[in-house]
Amino acid sequence: MRRALALAAVLALGTAGIAAGQDQSRAPSAPAFSPFNLLSRPVPPGQAQLERGRQLAIQGDCAACHTRDGGEAMAGGLGMNTPFGVIYTPNLTPDAQTGIGQWTPDQFYRAMHEGKDPQGRFLYPAFPYVYFTQISRADSDAILAYLKTVPAVNYTPPANRMPFPFNIRALVWGWNLLFFRVHDFQPDPSKSAEWNRGAFLVTGPGHCAQCHTPSNILGANETGKPFRGGYLDNWLAPDLTANSRTGLGGWSQGEIVEYLKTGRNPRAQAGGPMAEVVSYSTSLMSDADLNAIAAYLKSVPASPGATAASPDPGAMKRGGEIFSDACASCHLEAGKGQPRFFPPLGGDNASQQANPGSVIHFILAGGRTASTQSRPSPLTMPSFAWKLTDQQIADVATYVRNSWGNSAASVSAHDVARLRGKLKLGTSPPTANSGDRG
Amino acid sequence: MATTLKPVDAVIVGFGWTGAILGQQLCDAGLDVVALERGPWRDTATDWATTFAQDELRYMWRHHLFQNVTYDTLTIRNNTGQDALPMRRLGSFLLGTGVGSGGVHWNGQIWRFLPSDFQAKSHNAQRYGKKAVTDYDLTVQDWGITYEELEPHYDKFDKLCGTSGKAGNLKGQIQPGGNPFEGPRSDEYPTPPMAQTYGPTLFGQAAANMGYHPFPHPSGNLSQPYVNPLGCQIGECTYCGFCEKFGCGNYSKASPQTTVLPYLMRKPNFLLRTESEVLRIETTADKKMATGVTYVDSSGQEYFQPAGMVILSAYILHNVRLLLLSGIGGQPYDPKTGEGVVGKNYAYQTTSSVNLFFDDKLINPFIGAGSHATVIDEFNGDNFDHAGLGFIGGGYIGGMITGGRPIEMIYTPQGTPAWGLEWKKAAAKNYLRSFALSIHGACMSHRGNYLDLDPTYRDAFGRPMLRMTFDFTDNEHKMSDYLTAKAAGVAKAMNPREIKVNGRKGSWSVVPYQTTHNTGGAIMGDNPKASVVNKYLQLWDVPNVFSMGAGAYPQNAGYNPTGTLAALAYHSADAIKAQYLKAPGPLVQA
Repeated sequence: MRRALALAAVLALGTAGIAAGQDQSRAPSAPAFSPFNLLSRPVPPGQAQLERGRQLAIQGDCAACHTRDGGEAMAGGLGMNTPFGVIYTPNLTPDAQTGIGQWTPDQFYRAMHEGKDPQGRFLYPAFPYVYFTQISRADSDAILAYLKTVPAVNYTPPANRMPFPFNIRALVWGWNLLFFRVHDFQPDPSKSAEWNRGAFLVTGPGHCAQCHTPSNILGANETGKPFRGGYLDNWLAPDLTANSRTGLGGWSQGEIVEYLKTGRNPRAQAGGPMAEVVSYSTSLMSDADLNAIAAYLKSVPASPGATAASPDPGAMKRGGEIFSDACASCHLEAGKGQPRFFPPLGGDNASQQANPGSVIHFILAGGRTASTQSRPSPLTMPSFAWKLTDQQIADVATYVRNSWGNSAASVSAHDVARLRGKLKLGTSPPTANSGDRG
Repeated sequence: MATTLKPVDAVIVGFGWTGAILGQQLCDAGLDVVALERGPWRDTATDWATTFAQDELRYMWRHHLFQNVTYDTLTIRNNTGQDALPMRRLGSFLLGTGVGSGGVHWNGQIWRFLPSDFQAKSHNAQRYGKKAVTDYDLTVQDWGITYEELEPHYDKFDKLCGTSGKAGNLKGQIQPGGNPFEGPRSDEYPTPPMAQTYGPTLFGQAAANMGYHPFPHPSGNLSQPYVNPLGCQIGECTYCGFCEKFGCGNYSKASPQTTVLPYLMRKPNFLLRTESEVLRIETTADKKMATGVTYVDSSGQEYFQPAGMVILSAYILHNVRLLLLSGIGGQPYDPKTGEGVVGKNYAYQTTSSVNLFFDDKLINPFIGAGSHATVIDEFNGDNFDHAGLGFIGGGYIGGMITGGRPIEMIYTPQGTPAWGLEWKKAAAKNYLRSFALSIHGACMSHRGNYLDLDPTYRDAFGRPMLRMTFDFTDNEHKMSDYLTAKAAGVAKAMNPREIKVNGRKGSWSVVPYQTTHNTGGAIMGDNPKASVVNKYLQLWDVPNVFSMGAGAYPQNAGYNPTGTLAALAYHSADAIKAQYLKAPGPLVQA
């Protein structure tokens, strides 16, 4: 760094005359500061509260939702597709007009703990106050103090697109009455300190159940089914219970840690929305916290096993041929995969969820493995929406879900067509040849 | 009027292999770095996903990833007696553009030059007499650097790419199964050699029976998944046969995209601007220091990017042209007097091939990869006695199957018509039963072969085009004939029904594809009278400009050039970090 400064000094002398006449107004726009660069930037030394706030902002995965595609970290504007409409995340940067620059610690804690904004209006539960309620006042103050140090961005996210009656915030009062209990984190004295730390991270800031627990018709967690897998925004967040087929039963604690830290392990890779969770949250956590999360998850009781009807032999034959043709170049024959590069599909729990939503989603739209500090390669599965028909995708999905020891319900062309429609994925090639030159 | 931008510590001009390596090295040293690439952003999933990567018409014949010569090209002639004309179609070489550039659409052939290659002049003069290096108006030179100095940097590039191969010389100990002629390696290859299919295996058996030492071609198409020291991941090659001229959809070919960019693009002190073409290097009035570069974006807006250092890492033809356009690097070379340095010693590669056609053997050439070959190195460099042969240099001979692509790679026997029913019959009969031996020969430098600015033709920005004056000399023809005959000997020993010898005859033609191994023009050496850059690729006359790439080669060796230019880039980066940043100025006193 000192070398760089010395060089910069040399440079400044050489270009002083030009620098004086600089016109920055026509300069190419600088790229947005990425969430990774923001969150991995150390706080000034000795600022224990800010460091605590930074850690909690990482644990809470604030950046994944509060950063829009290509936008500045924490400036909000990401559209969250809920069953009740599109909610745009607010600007969390300390900009006084458009961000949280004027929020007081009391106001911030009320949002985190009670789910209310500074004016006392109900926040929509897309903001995970149901989980954040367990965050202590001191921790809440630390998060706010940290957020006030991130680069301020003057940006107003678009207005929510919520159809009547979901646009009536007062309805959340009733929702809260049914599904929300203001409470602090209660450690279980019969369990280890590590388990309790994991329980706090998973059920508090990590808000894992928001996606990984099945939702009822009103979008709240179904009772009695913690971490048995949920369906949100056209993705199936898999079962995290001890079920050895669909859940984490076969995973060691170390494999869970490796997955959360690097985005890949010998069994699976983080893609879809989980890629962001890993990139902006878990990969930046300490090994101790990741071990705590893994210890807690390993204690979640197994979901009941489901038996699937035997797949149609014709679908299996067709699916096998498509697999060899379209999938085996990365996942290799017999679905053995290239562990940590392209996931093995035999024994893969994500492929065997009762709901095939994510399998179809990945084949239709493709997916990108999380980019992390230690494993930055965003290894990507391409989209097959333009190349395979609904029936072909159904057949190959059925084949993957029922080969190499796998067993799960068959996939129909209708399932594929429905998701294709929702994702607005057509059948034309992603790039045309017309621009090519002779 | 150009808009002046915020100064940076270093600006990188061109973002292929050497730009990516220098970007990573300088950013890790804490410098603020901006890279300017004239072409677009490119990545695996968006630009050559497995779902459409194997499209020969699009990538090979319609040049999807290459320079568009209707916007920018160069002029070509064989000798100074001719008028150079613009190259209006890509042919003999396929110029890259865009992020990753040639590092995207190369074959992944990762070679080291022989220790004696770096002393081409003194070594050959000592062994064969002074005439051997001056016959035919040869202008060969020593490099001013040794294999031993470069070895640690070759090793770094192997570890970056995860090169698949088998060492033949480990710390001076000859290893069975490797290339016994190679210089001593400090370490084994990071991954084992690629599997050899039937064709290369037959070649290896025949070559071994003849007393040669066949070995698997060192390969940037990896035999197994690999994580490099930057944490970047390169997958396992599937031998799909779409490497050269194509991007790899499987992440299994070493490229800037697979080996460096995932790491570098995350750095807050690194910024890449694509579709930004550098027009010239700006200097102080006395031309002793560069102040930055002027570039133009795709909307035609001009910018001045001030920088403490300028790293020229575009393709060699563009680097040389930028030096000439900016009036730096020394005097332009004049073939009449032999004086001057910029543009001097342009060289190429002397390739030929032998096709084999079998009746009884199914070669299945569609199973291939860019570096999928079994090779012998008996006739490379000075691995054999050249006494009485009338040439210096050599090349490797490989039983090579880069693919069986349906338009480019259907081989038919001698005398087959180029189209029509007879061609179809011959193609159908021979496709599965044929392959080729590649002869990859050196190209020595010659007084009449050089690069300068064209006096007539200009590009879209009004700048003179680069003019290439090049022809093969008798040295190259004799060498190529000798090597091709040796290859034909091995081919016959494989007992095919027939062979077809494709020798390198006559003058160089820009039309048929040969190889994109252009070298020289900004050559390195030990003094400014005979070279543009010193051993650290630093300009002798403007010490804050470094010129990367094969432009530094005083002549071309009998190997593919990428491994050596990457090693030179690491060597340069080390000197910049360890010496230049502490005391900016010439790293070698003239």
